[in-house]
Amino acid sequence: MPQKKLSVRIDGELISAVEGQTILQAARANGKRIPTLCDLEGLTPVGACRLCIVEISGTDRLFPACTTPVQDGMSVTTVSPKLTQYRRVSLELLFVERNHVCSACVSNGHCELQAMATEMGISTVRFAYNYPKLAVDLSHPRYVLDQNRCILCTRCVRVCAELEGAHVWEVTSRGIHSRIVGDLNQKWGDAKGCTSCGKCVQACPTGALAEKGWAVEEMVKKNDNISSLVRRRGVQA
Amino acid sequence: MKRITIDPVTRIEGHAKITIHLDDNGRVTGTEFHVTQIRGFEKFTEGRPYYEMPGITARICGICPISHLLASSKACDAIMAVRIPPTARQLRELIHCAQMVQSHALSFFYLSSPDFLLGMDSDIATRNVLGVIAAHPELARDGIELRKFGLQIIESLGQERVHSSWIVPGGVGSPFSAHARDRILADLPAAKAIAERTIAFFKGALDSYKEEIEYFGSAPTMYAGLVDTPGNVQFYEGGLRFQKADGEIAADHIPAEDYANWIGEASLRESYLKAPYFKPQGFPDGVYRVGPLARLNVAQQCGFPKADAEFQEFHQRFGAPAHSAFLNHYARLIEIVCALEKIEMLLNSPQILDKHVRATAGVNSLEGVGMVEAPRGVLIHHYKVNEEGAIVWANLIVATGHNNLAIGRSIQQVSEHFIDGTKLHEGMLNRVSAVVRAYDPCLSCSTHANGQLALRIQLRAAGGELLDEIATG
Repeated sequence: MPQKKLSVRIDGELISAVEGQTILQAARANGKRIPTLCDLEGLTPVGACRLCIVEISGTDRLFPACTTPVQDGMSVTTVSPKLTQYRRVSLELLFVERNHVCSACVSNGHCELQAMATEMGISTVRFAYNYPKLAVDLSHPRYVLDQNRCILCTRCVRVCAELEGAHVWEVTSRGIHSRIVGDLNQKWGDAKGCTSCGKCVQACPTGALAEKGWAVEEMVKKNDNISSLVRRRGVQA
Repeated sequence: MKRITIDPVTRIEGHAKITIHLDDNGRVTGTEFHVTQIRGFEKFTEGRPYYEMPGITARICGICPISHLLASSKACDAIMAVRIPPTARQLRELIHCAQMVQSHALSFFYLSSPDFLLGMDSDIATRNVLGVIAAHPELARDGIELRKFGLQIIESLGQERVHSSWIVPGGVGSPFSAHARDRILADLPAAKAIAERTIAFFKGALDSYKEEIEYFGSAPTMYAGLVDTPGNVQFYEGGLRFQKADGEIAADHIPAEDYANWIGEASLRESYLKAPYFKPQGFPDGVYRVGPLARLNVAQQCGFPKADAEFQEFHQRFGAPAHSAFLNHYARLIEIVCALEKIEMLLNSPQILDKHVRATAGVNSLEGVGMVEAPRGVLIHHYKVNEEGAIVWANLIVATGHNNLAIGRSIQQVSEHFIDGTKLHEGMLNRVSAVVRAYDPCLSCSTHANGQLALRIQLRAAGGELLDEIATG
């Protein structure tokens, strides 16, 4: 059965979408970009980072574009001073939550968090840093998990479950105490379920998951590989 | 009783102040050199992967991050237990020599030349690099050009002028290009000409500074520096040599991993900066100096023709070992000549464009020490890791640390000679600051220590009586 066509306005422009698409998918299909961090093509969207929030006419609430389905006649605004302000605050709060020291990071220059902050013009953070004391898990022979640089986007959780099928990564605790953990809070090197495939490393937008041994600026993530793998395997998020 | 405070000491890297105590007749009774900042690198790197250490510790300093990158990478090489490819070693030496040129040029032309070009007593408002540009435009231009030459080599190798991440555990990040080599070779004659011009000028001017040479930290001390087996000056490789004040060699070819058998570190109450000392002599008698003057004192020669001619003239004029801290400026110029000759040799090496520049390995040793000559003297990085490669302990001994005791003594000597408390003027105090500048101290580098803070706050009445004192550490 052909999918039902919907008419939607994005930033005033009338576009055609299909039923079941999210606002983000419809926007992208029409060449419109909405900022995202936790989204990775091919993985189930979760709306974790709140960067893709958009305004929808008729309601005061802001909606994440990655998890909100389009509806016929919907009018969506993706760029406005209010949205810029909210996105900036979301990013700044990501920075204060953990210890993001770009100058000493393997992903410096190749980091999606850093690139997004640059795009948003964030040169200073207005809130006090938390400076939590967080562990670095070096127990895996090839990879390293640095909680200091994790933004809880859960791409690693999703790629491990949905694409590799290993279900190693999970999120433990709640709120500010949330942490990515492997195999029910084992050290990564002890996680028997891990196939060492490295998909989580390539999917990670920051230097939180990295290959061992790289110096500052040397860790370039290949997350296009994840998306193309999804397409070739026909896995549908 | 009076007290003079010089706060901050200007035209140095980092923050320091000096306290000078005077008696009722205005005579100097004592001096203190306070380094007033704390960095904490040894502590907050605990738990980090060892291979991140070069990137983290390079941030100790924006003047000579290359030195920290090298010492740290050498310590990591030791943890990985690899012998880095020969071309990587040459490329590391090349960038190190470039750093020596740019850092010495900064110290000589930008920070110290206002004192000897414009005069110790000249107007404080213009006694700075802008004053030098106005009064001696040619020399100022030379200084800028020479520093630029060094920075351009660093940029062409490391892609960035200040905080490059090209020096990595196991070697360097990428090979050298023929294009970059040829461009540096083309610029080299001009840089050499500047170095020769400046050294000729400085030698001519030395006679005007007899008093400074005589009283600027001229008390004999021991010296320490890296030399190779025949005794040539070494910046990157080589073992540590300790030389007694009379020139006799006290210890020789100490490998990096043995440093702790020879160097002890004392904590001082008045400063955040620790005071290393030569262990066999104990504290505080084991005072020794590192840096340009020390390197020229401990070595038999530089190993390059032009630098060796200057080396010989230097020692003929001022003895071997030469003791005045003022001569560090002269020694810096000789080292620039030496570094430029070494750069030329390395650029013409047939291996320099080889593509194999990085060795890889995991943790093969739980401990590693890296030692190089930073522009300001011997720099030691010492790490211990667990089997996963996380840092469990780190110790850094930075050039200015080695010189801490000697700087304190030099301040005392200069103060006693130049300060007359009955008719104080700014030029007198500038000489005290200038003796500190002669060591080109990098206090931002040296205050990496951890542990309890050693700090003393004194409350004194106008008459100088001590009313209250709070001390920690």
